[in-house]
Amino acid sequence: MIKRLLGILPVLFGVLLLTFFLVHIVPGDPVEVMLGESATSADRIQLRADLGLDQPIYVQFGFYLNKLAHGNLGKSIHSKRLIIEILAERFPATVKLALLALSFAILLGIPLGLVAALNVKKWPDKLANFLSLLISAMPHFWMAPILIMVFALWLGLLPVSGMESSSSIVLPALTLGFGLAAILTRMTRASMLEVLHDDFIRTARAKGLMEHTVILRHALRAALLPIVTVLGLQLGSLLAGTVITETIFSWDGIGRLLVESIEKRDYPVTQACVLVIALLYVMVNLVTDIIYTKIDPRVRFAS
Amino acid sequence: MNLKYWPFYVLGLWLALALIASLVDFHPNQIHLDFILARPSIQHLFGFDDLGRDILPRLLDGAQVSLLVVVLVTIITGSVGVLLGLVSGYYGGWIDRTLMQITDIFLAFPGILLAIAFAAVLGAGLSNLILALCITSWVGYARLTRAQVLSLRQRQHVMAAQSLGASTPRIMLKHILPLLLGPLLVEATYSMSGLVIAEASLSFLGLGIQAPNASWGAMLRDGVRYMLIAPHYVLAVGLSLMSLVLAVNILGDRLRDYLDVRG
Repeated sequence: MIKRLLGILPVLFGVLLLTFFLVHIVPGDPVEVMLGESATSADRIQLRADLGLDQPIYVQFGFYLNKLAHGNLGKSIHSKRLIIEILAERFPATVKLALLALSFAILLGIPLGLVAALNVKKWPDKLANFLSLLISAMPHFWMAPILIMVFALWLGLLPVSGMESSSSIVLPALTLGFGLAAILTRMTRASMLEVLHDDFIRTARAKGLMEHTVILRHALRAALLPIVTVLGLQLGSLLAGTVITETIFSWDGIGRLLVESIEKRDYPVTQACVLVIALLYVMVNLVTDIIYTKIDPRVRFAS
Repeated sequence: MNLKYWPFYVLGLWLALALIASLVDFHPNQIHLDFILARPSIQHLFGFDDLGRDILPRLLDGAQVSLLVVVLVTIITGSVGVLLGLVSGYYGGWIDRTLMQITDIFLAFPGILLAIAFAAVLGAGLSNLILALCITSWVGYARLTRAQVLSLRQRQHVMAAQSLGASTPRIMLKHILPLLLGPLLVEATYSMSGLVIAEASLSFLGLGIQAPNASWGAMLRDGVRYMLIAPHYVLAVGLSLMSLVLAVNILGDRLRDYLDVRG
């Protein structure tokens, strides 16, 4: 586990380096681009010094790391506020949305995959296959308008966008969750089919266990293990999906903040959002890895 | 017509339409003020957009952009990724460790996040969009190639070539690469459907090709904006995009089964 923890240090360093360089690959003078033509020269000198752009590049990177170590992500050019404060405001909304989407995906995807695996080549399996194939071809910006048209317009059940009512979260969470649910369905199905042919399942049946005990306690438990690892990776596309989903639904999270910062050319905020999402993703994967070693007895006893 | 081959028909249809649209000018940017957000009709199958432009020619224009981006990015990232993977897997050692460490860093950015970031700071426009997608999509090819080469270089025919004194480039290109083509083809197919979505996502965020030129992502954004009063707009673009992605995905599944590549 310590080896695993040390193993992510180079990745973290690389992530920092890459996000650091984001502001430096702006074509032309980043200060000009960010402030626009109407800025005074005093503003420009101020911003140049704020961003440390008057220093050599390795010194700038050192400053960047030093600032990050003190929890300082810089200031927004647009609102002049500390970025860390803005992020702290926006972060909970994204986490809430992602968690709800994840729960929805698990609650829909795993049972559907289970049903498909238990009815291979019959209509429930074919239906599940068809649906997951169809949904995989639906990016968030296409899933969202369909859900809005069905649930908000025709059925009038849910609000179109915004964050005012407590049901506002449902549509963005469904938008994000459906894609993951489709992947989970296919993975659960494949994993179950593999496990159902294992010897220990035959043993369980042979010793006269009830069929649902065999399926749920023995087969499903073993089948879900590989899914846990992939879940961490899949959470990444969910996080990346918040960028577009939050924008469509006017959900004030990190994703929408990222898009707003791009539109305002507020690159320090863009940089911070990308960094935070990447760090969150790395952490999620680290945690899934650790959880995996804890729940899989084969890995637990081997190490 | 055999329905089994429908993904080929759909893909072929889009390719043909995009090709025709690049040869014949259907006036995708022509504005008809009387027809703003007009519903579909026999003369104009998909209706009109918010500026009174016929949606069908714009869809074809968008298909052209989409396919151009996908093909260019696939060729560039495929070549670079495969080359890096070959070198990494064949030589091993510090070269391999360094390259894999770099791919790990790129993989730490989920989905199209990094492409969004690059496209944002590089500025809008088609070439920057292609550049942003290239920077972020070579990783899959590199890792796949590397993993395959690791096992292939132990094969007897490779060792035989080595002991006969074949040069390293020759071994890589003649003895290893041909065995990789199957898995690479499957990877490229799945990657292509991802690129269609990625291109549309970036254009959706205003980071791709600029107005008045059409792109599916930008059209979807406008369609979403007007979906309450003119659902035909978003439906036309969304269904087009979905048909293309679905066709390419199924093509990938079929190829995987046919070439017996494990996913």
